[in-house]
Amino acid sequence: MQEIISVMKEKAAKLLAEGQVRCVLGWKRGEFFYESTPAVFESAEELEELVYDDFCGPNLAKYLIRECAKEGKILVFAKPCDTYSINALIREHRVDREKLYVVGVECAGNLDVNKIRAKGLTGLVGFEDNGDTVTVKTLYGDETFEKGELLLERCLCCKGKEHKIADETIVLNEENTKTVGADRFSEVARLEEMTADERFEYWREQLSRCIRCNACRNVCPACSCIKCVFDNDDSGIASKANTDTFEENMFHIIRAFHVTGRCTDCGECSRVCPQNIPLQLLNRKFIKDYNELYGEYVSGEDSESKPPLLTFTQEDAEPSIVKERGNC
Amino acid sequence: MKKIKLSNASALFEKIAETRNLYVPTKCEHSVEFKKFGEGELTYDYVNSGRSVKDFYFPQSENIVDFKVDGKNIEILPSVEEDLDEKYVVFGVRACDAASTKILDRVFLTDPVDSFYKTRRENGIIVSLACTRPAETCFCTAFGIDPTEPDADACAWISGDYLYIECNSDKANELCAAIDSVCEDADASELTETKNNTKKILDKLPLADLPLDKISDKELKELFYSDKWLHMSEACLGCGTCTYVCPTCQCYDIREFDTGHGVKRFRCWDSCMYSDFTKMAHGNPRLTQTERFRQRFMHKLVYYPNNNEGIFGCVGCGRCVASCPVSKNIAGVIRELAKGGKAE
Amino acid sequence: MIQNDTLIPMLGVVTDIRIDTPDVKTFRVVSADGKGKCFEHMPGQCAMLSIPGVGEAMFSITSSPTNTEYMEFSIKKCGCLTNWLHLMDVGQQITIRGPYGNAFPVDTALKGQDLLFIAGGIGLAPLRSVINYCRHYRDRYGKIDIVYGSRSMDDLVDYKEIIDEWMNEAGVDVHLTIDRPQDGWDGHVGFVPSYVKELEFPTNKTVLLCGPPIMIKFTLQGLMEMGFSKTQVFTTMELKMKCGVGKCGRCNIGDKYVCKDGPVFRCDELGELPDEY
Repeated sequence: MQEIISVMKEKAAKLLAEGQVRCVLGWKRGEFFYESTPAVFESAEELEELVYDDFCGPNLAKYLIRECAKEGKILVFAKPCDTYSINALIREHRVDREKLYVVGVECAGNLDVNKIRAKGLTGLVGFEDNGDTVTVKTLYGDETFEKGELLLERCLCCKGKEHKIADETIVLNEENTKTVGADRFSEVARLEEMTADERFEYWREQLSRCIRCNACRNVCPACSCIKCVFDNDDSGIASKANTDTFEENMFHIIRAFHVTGRCTDCGECSRVCPQNIPLQLLNRKFIKDYNELYGEYVSGEDSESKPPLLTFTQEDAEPSIVKERGNC
Repeated sequence: MKKIKLSNASALFEKIAETRNLYVPTKCEHSVEFKKFGEGELTYDYVNSGRSVKDFYFPQSENIVDFKVDGKNIEILPSVEEDLDEKYVVFGVRACDAASTKILDRVFLTDPVDSFYKTRRENGIIVSLACTRPAETCFCTAFGIDPTEPDADACAWISGDYLYIECNSDKANELCAAIDSVCEDADASELTETKNNTKKILDKLPLADLPLDKISDKELKELFYSDKWLHMSEACLGCGTCTYVCPTCQCYDIREFDTGHGVKRFRCWDSCMYSDFTKMAHGNPRLTQTERFRQRFMHKLVYYPNNNEGIFGCVGCGRCVASCPVSKNIAGVIRELAKGGKAE
Repeated sequence: MIQNDTLIPMLGVVTDIRIDTPDVKTFRVVSADGKGKCFEHMPGQCAMLSIPGVGEAMFSITSSPTNTEYMEFSIKKCGCLTNWLHLMDVGQQITIRGPYGNAFPVDTALKGQDLLFIAGGIGLAPLRSVINYCRHYRDRYGKIDIVYGSRSMDDLVDYKEIIDEWMNEAGVDVHLTIDRPQDGWDGHVGFVPSYVKELEFPTNKTVLLCGPPIMIKFTLQGLMEMGFSKTQVFTTMELKMKCGVGKCGRCNIGDKYVCKDGPVFRCDELGELPDEY
């Protein structure tokens, strides 16, 4: 990992020095080994803090909206799955391709610190990547795990290791071009098997945990509205807790509808949820449905093709079919 | 002080639950939360509860008053909250959360007293549980809190095969009969070793050395106008996670909900991180996330202490540290601000 | 069930509506139970008014506490709730709670002093309460000067009261100004800050200042140039409020809550706080 960071730093410092880019979007370490904060670097000196390792989960795409509103070009480091979000934002004219210099970086899958905690570990102070296994150092002793056990949900269902948009890529280890992803629709299929009442119960239970922190919305690259309907005083609905819990639950369903076809299944929503609500399942249900109804579509695979719900063709499924099939 | 075999602790809980609703740390799918005793698997294996104890007396959403509107006439009806008069005991509150109640008390119980908070607070007995396995995110000791001696209505410790318990307040005396009926006498010295073992870990916690004195030393305006805020806030998503998991965040909104039969006025948690927090018809004094981010930390580290004899508005529970989607948190802010730097 | 809490309002009824300007109306409010005023207050204090289902907001109480029959609120139409209030008819019930905040120091710092009131536009609303209080207890205060300006003649709030009562009272001088010349106006034309300088007041006066932020800023600057000290100037602030009692956490300027520690601040005290309002 040390090796790739120095290549990244060198690349970024060069482009900054040549004035080809105004700033660099990357990650910075927080207090602990597992904390990676999205950061803007404007000089070689600041770049000293750039990190890239197993814990760089945050998708930087959304910050491009803000940075693109400013003058100058931005170098953005992107993991393969982040490139889907960048494409989607270009497609929606929320970021300007001309202002981007995308450097695709290899990815061996990101780890989820919550999965480490779920193993019963606490007092996490150090970490060693041994390839297929990782050793977590704690104040109470060290423990080694298979890497696969600790991967983020999104990485378990990896979409692919190919960068869908990049001006150049940094891949040092050929192993990191191979995709090993499980079927991301298996859990959706399980929910589809349930009766309507069971499914309703399942979602009420999951969504009742929601604290309306809006982290899922604010982190979502597809939630790029300048003003969200839930932030609009005149809409009659609010982005805060209500006395009516059902209205609150609707927030997530409305949001999932709104990003249908635009969502790239980047998984940031479920990564950031402090209440561990499996929000990716709502998005995947919609993806599975439109794939079945309108033919396969992968949002963010390129920056031009229109999502199925934003286009109309004679072959589109009739509403009756949608109604019949639309069981979530 | 009394003690009971851990294997027999349910006898104690059953006794307590006879007179009051008892909430105990309960294993949930992804976290440990306070649930009614008997409605799930009780556990002692947790750093902290996912939701903080403030839920009990400052619930996320709470009805204040109802209205019926008929033409030009309005009828004001008191709101009936079913759980308002619930007499309860919460067992297993950590020292940080126990300290957080005192911070909130200073807000809600000062004149004019908030009757809703006061009622719920008086109805509850808090039984704390000393920590034995603090996490790397814990920094209560930086605020002078001793997690081996939690300060609450009653305190409990786990050591060896026993659960120790001691009542500290008049309120907790109500529990004495239940405790006496099933527990045996114990001596505080039996806990010394366990406490010492925990203290050894506390010294090693990476956030224990937060330079808070450097914050107290600085003037309000120096910190407010620090040039660090812009950089510190650049990753902030403007979500409310830190404020909603925080045991000391007090801000609330008052909103209304049309039930179809009338209007319910309720209060709900609000977040200074939200864009509409200070938005008025004629403008907004905190236009960007930098100002909102600054407000949260200035409130905890400067404004609250200025109004409360120097006591910080943070207890170091570490929830925000663990849950911020972009890993920006009060620990990093304290370190940055302590370094000083030029005012803008 | 909680019936008495400061967050639970009482019922008022609107008994009179006066159209002051194209966007300001003054509402007279009494208790719905027919017992006169909803509560007692001091000049400068505020109240939370609301229409259930529409919203609740903080407004200055414009009438003087010496008025024993009713309270008045001069309200400018600028948002959702105020639009609704402007559409009300007499007889409409509203909810009201208060009084909130501190008051102008009428019994201490202002006592025995020559007073200079400076207001711009709807900024007269909170000052009217003090002006009428001081007029009522005329012997407790020295000379009273009032400088009041607005965009146009039609935008002067309480114009009738100013002409009929204030201007006719001994020891009270009223100086009106409008921003631009207008037919039928033979008074002063110009912005408030420059008019204040033109009037060359002696610097021993205690100043009460309220208006739009930009007008406050320039007037204060002018007063300093004239030789006034910030300790002589009182102003009143407004920020978004929900509770009114310093708990909901949003109306703070630095470590002070406008609803509880304000809304009245002495300008030197305000200067100690960060510039976030």
